[in-house]
Amino acid sequence: MGVYIVKRISLAVVTLFLVATLTFFLMFLVPGGPFLSEKAPSPQTLQALEKKYGLDKPVGIQYLNYMKGLIKSDLGPSLKMRGRQVNDIIKTGFPISARVGGIAMLLAIIIGIPLGTFSAINRGKWSDNVVMLISTFGIAVPSFVVATVLMYFFGVTLHILPTYGLSTPLHFILPVIALSFYPTAYISRLMRSSMLDVLGQDYMRTAKSKGLSQFKSLFKHALRNAILPVVTYLGPALAYILTGSLVVEKIFTIPGLGSQFVSSITDRDYPLIMGTTIFLAFLLITMNVIVDIVYKIIDPRIKLK
Amino acid sequence: MAQKIIDKKNPLSFHINVSGFDVSDFLPAEESEKQSMVVMRESVNFWKDGARRFRKNTLGMVSLAVIIAIIIFAFIVPLPYPYSYEEQIRGSENLGLMQYSKDELARKETGESVFPHVFGTDSLGRDYMIRIMMGSRISLLVGIIASTIILLIGSTYGAVAGYFGGKVDMIMMRLVDIIYTVPDILIIILLSVTLKYPLKHLAETIPGFNWINTVGVGLISIFVVFSLLYWVGMARIVRSQILTLKEQDFITAAKALGASHSRIIKKHLLTNCIGTLIVTTTLQIPSSIFTESFLSFLGMGVNAPMPSLGSLASQALGGITSYPHRLFLPAITISLIILSFNLLGDGLRDAFDPKLKN
Amino acid sequence: MMSNILLDIKNLKLSFFTPAGEVKAINDVSIQMEEGDVLGIVGESGSGKSVTSYSIMGLTAFPGRIVSGTIDFNGHRINDMTEAELRAIRGNEVSIIFQDPMTSLNPVYTIGNQIREVILLHTDMDKRKAYERSVELLNLVGINEPEKRLKQYPHELSGGMRQRVMIAIALACEPKLLIADEPTTALDVTIQAQIMELMTELKNKINMSIILITHDLGIVSSMCQKIVVMYAGKVVESGTIDDIFYNPKHEYTKGLLRSIPKLQAKEHEKLIPIEGTPVDMLNPPAGCPFAPRCEKCMKICLREMPKYTKLSDVHHCACWLLQKEAFEESKKSEASKATGAAEVSGGGDN
Repeated sequence: MGVYIVKRISLAVVTLFLVATLTFFLMFLVPGGPFLSEKAPSPQTLQALEKKYGLDKPVGIQYLNYMKGLIKSDLGPSLKMRGRQVNDIIKTGFPISARVGGIAMLLAIIIGIPLGTFSAINRGKWSDNVVMLISTFGIAVPSFVVATVLMYFFGVTLHILPTYGLSTPLHFILPVIALSFYPTAYISRLMRSSMLDVLGQDYMRTAKSKGLSQFKSLFKHALRNAILPVVTYLGPALAYILTGSLVVEKIFTIPGLGSQFVSSITDRDYPLIMGTTIFLAFLLITMNVIVDIVYKIIDPRIKLK
Repeated sequence: MAQKIIDKKNPLSFHINVSGFDVSDFLPAEESEKQSMVVMRESVNFWKDGARRFRKNTLGMVSLAVIIAIIIFAFIVPLPYPYSYEEQIRGSENLGLMQYSKDELARKETGESVFPHVFGTDSLGRDYMIRIMMGSRISLLVGIIASTIILLIGSTYGAVAGYFGGKVDMIMMRLVDIIYTVPDILIIILLSVTLKYPLKHLAETIPGFNWINTVGVGLISIFVVFSLLYWVGMARIVRSQILTLKEQDFITAAKALGASHSRIIKKHLLTNCIGTLIVTTTLQIPSSIFTESFLSFLGMGVNAPMPSLGSLASQALGGITSYPHRLFLPAITISLIILSFNLLGDGLRDAFDPKLKN
Repeated sequence: MMSNILLDIKNLKLSFFTPAGEVKAINDVSIQMEEGDVLGIVGESGSGKSVTSYSIMGLTAFPGRIVSGTIDFNGHRINDMTEAELRAIRGNEVSIIFQDPMTSLNPVYTIGNQIREVILLHTDMDKRKAYERSVELLNLVGINEPEKRLKQYPHELSGGMRQRVMIAIALACEPKLLIADEPTTALDVTIQAQIMELMTELKNKINMSIILITHDLGIVSSMCQKIVVMYAGKVVESGTIDDIFYNPKHEYTKGLLRSIPKLQAKEHEKLIPIEGTPVDMLNPPAGCPFAPRCEKCMKICLREMPKYTKLSDVHHCACWLLQKEAFEESKKSEASKATGAAEVSGGGDN
């Protein structure tokens, strides 16, 4: 088990390193490099950049300096936002995105798991078919379609829900629903097929032969086994919510990390682009490592490996 | 020892009514009579069986029909269509569905036949329907090309890794693990931001590369990233299939007959995976289409004026109150495309995957 | 001396109503068992032997349903009972162990948890007592270091040990009847022998009745006193072990016995299989289901289902061949009556 954790973490570190390097060097495809391209930055920014990275030194040195900064979790100054450090920008934007994304993820789990279970138990009946139809729509319709359609109906036409910003709890409703649509649908389908698989297993028959009620067999024996594939999905689900937030924050004008990332691209604020990419990559990779380790812990079959 | 002797004198007549029978009943039966009782179920060919089951799947057949309709819509209808996607018609801006502009009405008066703008026009006077058609074309092309790339790279890689096993497999899979961990969307975005410059340079300096400008760096970045990163899922699936298959006796037999590695992989192993390959590829198409539309929505996909269903939707956001149809038309189209491919893939899997047989 | 009748299945008919049609899995089966009996049910896959035993516990899987007939067990009319009533006797008065111990145990719970579960369900022991009972049970089934084992997970045990655990779970509440559905098929031969030995030992210790379901005549001969041979959802022959092994009357039974490879057989002697393929249960033939594969098949065999011929109190067989003798005898006596001479054919062959 310990060996596995070490292996997994080292894999993550290697990947993160690769991503950071790739990100840095890709930036240099931009003529003039990431720090000097486009209109000249303000003198203060220029000074800060010079100090940090040595802008006239060869790329290799700039790379090393950048990497050094990374290890100290210093992502440098922003090019376009006068006087602000990338770190600060991320610090303000991230908690907002995390709140919306976290609620969306929670919603997906709380609704998806029972829905999928319900569907599996009622396999073949019309209730199962209805749930499956809705969830098929859920995974097919892209997030930006869901978000814009929701915005149109609830915001523009019916005027019952706000669509701009996050000032009140009410403001959270539409973005969270838009973001959680796909993961909820996916989790319920996953749960359904996993549950169907489990219900056909021999140990369910053993449980019944002992005299256990259907309810108890379901909750004790089936659920624990069926939920395992859903745990593995949590990593990719987070990635989805992350990318989904790029779109949702743009549509609902939420000042989170996602919309900052998108505007950094249009503004061509390269240090910010780099910094945000690396930060998001770090987030994703870490989440995946945690999920993988948790999975190994709760599945006793793997315990001894 | 118990009494085993049957009392032949009155041998069971109190158990049956022997009067109902005739001597001929107790004659031995002919072989042909016995055979007629044996109903053998006919064995079926894998493809025929799968095709038969797919035909029974209404949802699958309907989605296949929808996909064919969309293909016709995207590739064939534009050919005779009178408007082109970048043509800006002065005076015809912001027309609603089936609306005519003043100029066009005037021309109709003179007897000229003016083709209606079925979906209206956008703020620059471009016919919306043709733009939706082109957008669908882009989506379909991306889906199919990307999935083909993934299929080719992924299945070859997975087959080689699975077939050779041992150290080769281990190294190849380590690489897969690393690639799997890289967050793809981020890299795509990054590439679309940075590749712009060298590609633009390429388009301007070397003749024959102008199409880069039309197609857009975003799209090229998508293909680059798909070729670099997205094939790993397919590789894993193929590898695990190969691992199970290669233990089977027919592979040993082929080896014993002296078949070369590539022949075994191509002829014996991959052909047995075809079912899985078809299903996985079909299901990869909608996810590629989604990625393209997502990026286009954010402005990182195809270059203007080439439309993408994603960019059309994003441009329509501004006018959502006055021209909602400009949002809904591309939105419904993209959803329909993705949904149909998903249902098709599901239908194919149900039809061809023997494990799901009841 | 009449011991109590523990199990009385009368004319049971059970079908599975599938989308493809009605599969008549059990087609008029009657079985009787007394307390203390060890009954073997023998037949090939699809013969209905497992389905019959599951129906005793009401474990018939959807879309199966009892069409007609009755099942009486230990004073209960099983086919009339509600689900709640059935739950009370499952694991309690009647238990079952399944073929594959690997998949019959839940992989995410410890052995101790799974044994305790059935004890807590049917008795009013507290957790402490249930634990002690679990240790007792593991000792009973021959697993050493029981305390350690209770904390382990199924995948940490070998196949033979897992099956012993299943037996322990089945015995936990001291059931009157233990159903063993092909308990050794998934195990190695040496382990097979151990498990069979264990079951015999337990049977003597606890005086439990057992139904042993198998396709292996060898196992049956070592443990059972009574045997029921099933084919295509029907009982084709039933009797004591001596009846079946030394005086089989049904062609199928004879075929099964013939097909067992003999230790003393010469090297070049071919194995003697039963020709033909099993019956398509969706379209069973009108007559005897074994007819197409039977060497001695007669015309009537293809047309009508044979009735049971009672060869003794315990030995029954469903075959037209036996009826043929009766028929010929009665024809002869008719003929001889007609000629006036009362022919009494000899008292029977010896």
